[in-house]
Amino acid sequence: MTGAGTYDVIDASTVIVCCGSGGVGKTTTAAVIGLEAARRGRRAVVVTIDPARRLADALGLEGGLASEPQRIEFDSGADSTGADSTGADSTGADSTGADSTGDGELWAMMLDTAATFDGLVRRHADSAEQIDRILTNSFYRNIAGALSGTQEYMAAETLHQLHGDDRFDLVIVDTPPSRNALDFLEAPGVLSRFLDHRLFRLLMLPTRGGLKVLGTATQPILKAIGKVVGSDVLADSVAFFQAFAGMETGFRERADDVVRLIRAKETSFVVVASPRHDTIGEAVWFATQLVGQGVGVPSAIVNRAHPAFGHGTATDAADAAVAALTAGADDLGVLWDNVAALRTMRDLELDVIAPLDDIVGADRLVVLPLLDGDVHDLDGLMVMAGHLFDHPAVDG
Amino acid sequence: MPPKSEFPLQSLTAARVVVVAGKGGVGKTTVTAVIARAASSAGKRVLVVELDGKPTLAELVPDLEVLAISAPEALDEYLREHGFGRIAKRLNRTGVIDVVGTAAPGIDDIVVLGKIKQLERSGDYDLIVVDGPAAGHAITFLTSAAGLADAVSSGPVRAQADDVLELLHDSERCQVVLVTLPETTPVNEVVETAYALEDVVGVQLGPVVVNGVDLGDPLPDDAAARRAVADLDPATAEVLLDAAAFRRARRVMEAGEIARLAAELPIPKVTLPARSAAGLTSADIAELAQILVADTVEAHP
Repeated sequence: MTGAGTYDVIDASTVIVCCGSGGVGKTTTAAVIGLEAARRGRRAVVVTIDPARRLADALGLEGGLASEPQRIEFDSGADSTGADSTGADSTGADSTGADSTGDGELWAMMLDTAATFDGLVRRHADSAEQIDRILTNSFYRNIAGALSGTQEYMAAETLHQLHGDDRFDLVIVDTPPSRNALDFLEAPGVLSRFLDHRLFRLLMLPTRGGLKVLGTATQPILKAIGKVVGSDVLADSVAFFQAFAGMETGFRERADDVVRLIRAKETSFVVVASPRHDTIGEAVWFATQLVGQGVGVPSAIVNRAHPAFGHGTATDAADAAVAALTAGADDLGVLWDNVAALRTMRDLELDVIAPLDDIVGADRLVVLPLLDGDVHDLDGLMVMAGHLFDHPAVDG
Repeated sequence: MPPKSEFPLQSLTAARVVVVAGKGGVGKTTVTAVIARAASSAGKRVLVVELDGKPTLAELVPDLEVLAISAPEALDEYLREHGFGRIAKRLNRTGVIDVVGTAAPGIDDIVVLGKIKQLERSGDYDLIVVDGPAAGHAITFLTSAAGLADAVSSGPVRAQADDVLELLHDSERCQVVLVTLPETTPVNEVVETAYALEDVVGVQLGPVVVNGVDLGDPLPDDAAARRAVADLDPATAEVLLDAAAFRRARRVMEAGEIARLAAELPIPKVTLPARSAAGLTSADIAELAQILVADTVEAHP
């Protein structure tokens, strides 16, 4: 497993989408890729969705991430242009031979779902009055925050905006922790489908342009819904759909643009997993979908696998432990036992990872070792980047 | 520092409903299975509830009753039982429920919690262990009742929200068990979540479960290890020393995080040893469950 493909991903892409289950180190991986891309001379921006401030943690930003891209100073090993850069050149950026032009930049930002949605409304609305009616509607506020798929959709929209921003030549997106990574691909369609919804048509068709909230009383189904959830809630929904009338086309076209970008050749997917059945299963399924839909074969990164210690098997180590203990060498026995336990752990993990290897191929799969510390600062990211890019991690 | 709980099982099952919550990857489902297994062995009538539609739980506790609750089904059932059967049919057929769910966010969560409340009220179970919702949603899941009670002024959904609030605020009926790992980010997150749950939801917190702790046998220190490998060829000696150093470093890091958690979150902790999550079986669950009924569990420094 050399992971040579991972270099190509950075060099050949303008967009990299990191996806995978929650808790697999997706955010950290996105940050590491961003850091490496910047070291290789790209102007990279990393967008994170996770509200847990993980990327901020990983980048050592005390105050958290802003919803506007923020420049991160780092020691590029090739002198970054940042005023605060130390310019020390020791971190081995020479290993790639690709660039070290020294003008790489790393930016990071947090996705602001509600603000992004507001921006879309402003862009597509006909009048200030329409903007106002929508933005103040409480049903809209709920959609902006809670409609399932909205977060994914806004992540895709943000990606599209940053892709068009001259400050950056590489956008790395850390996808929301959906149950299903494919949601991200389909997200832009969610709102279209929502607007196509029967309730919407139910409300708008009979009296297009003139429907009053009062009209709901005449529709038995609406009356019934009102009884269940309360009439004020229903009135808000009706008012929203009325206010939204006329904007669907603009929204749909934009969504189509975003989908085109996500499926473009210069957009790469990196599937992140940990060496466990569930996250590998998710990664395999997602990779299968991407291949099946003709999007391409993703790269895969498996975080936190136990490192290999020596070349022998777990059984060798267990036998050596027994021999040592029999000979009365207790400490040596315990040391061999430890090696046996770590090798057993690793064997189990490699078995679990195998199906992912089968689908993406060895040159697109990198298995990163569990480090002896936790990755939560820039130094930790550098160590991980070293494993990911400089020293192909393991030979499974 | 050893967790101050002589009988972890007692404090973990102090309320009839236990919602197990934690970020993805911390072992929430494992802990759910372990608590259920231990309580069942102790003679309790146990129901396991899972909300994610994952088949894992049933495999981990094959002989226990596992109920999957999904929001659409729970809503449908609720409406039928409350004389809205015709609406239920139409809501389902037209798919209008998506829109309603968006209009009143949390409605999905409230019908699920409502179903759990109904099961608790039935008296059929001594303990209901809920494998909490997917990563990051524990707080919104548990605040849905308060949110809906504010947004909806009348109707069956409002009544349901009121009932659920009553359940959440009664420490004999319901508690939340948070799960974390002995690592920096999970510890930060569990501390944040714990305070948010106490402040915002007002729900009783049970012990925090620190999962995946390396509780293996102590290793010889570096000097002793070097003496022990002195007669081996250098390459082999290095493998043994590297492996020992790796394991020791992980343990030092874990002990540091456990100490930090103890300082930042002054509630009881229960420690569970690391198992290979790569291939967790029902036998592992039974073994881990034994720990909950044994005496105090202590991490090796």
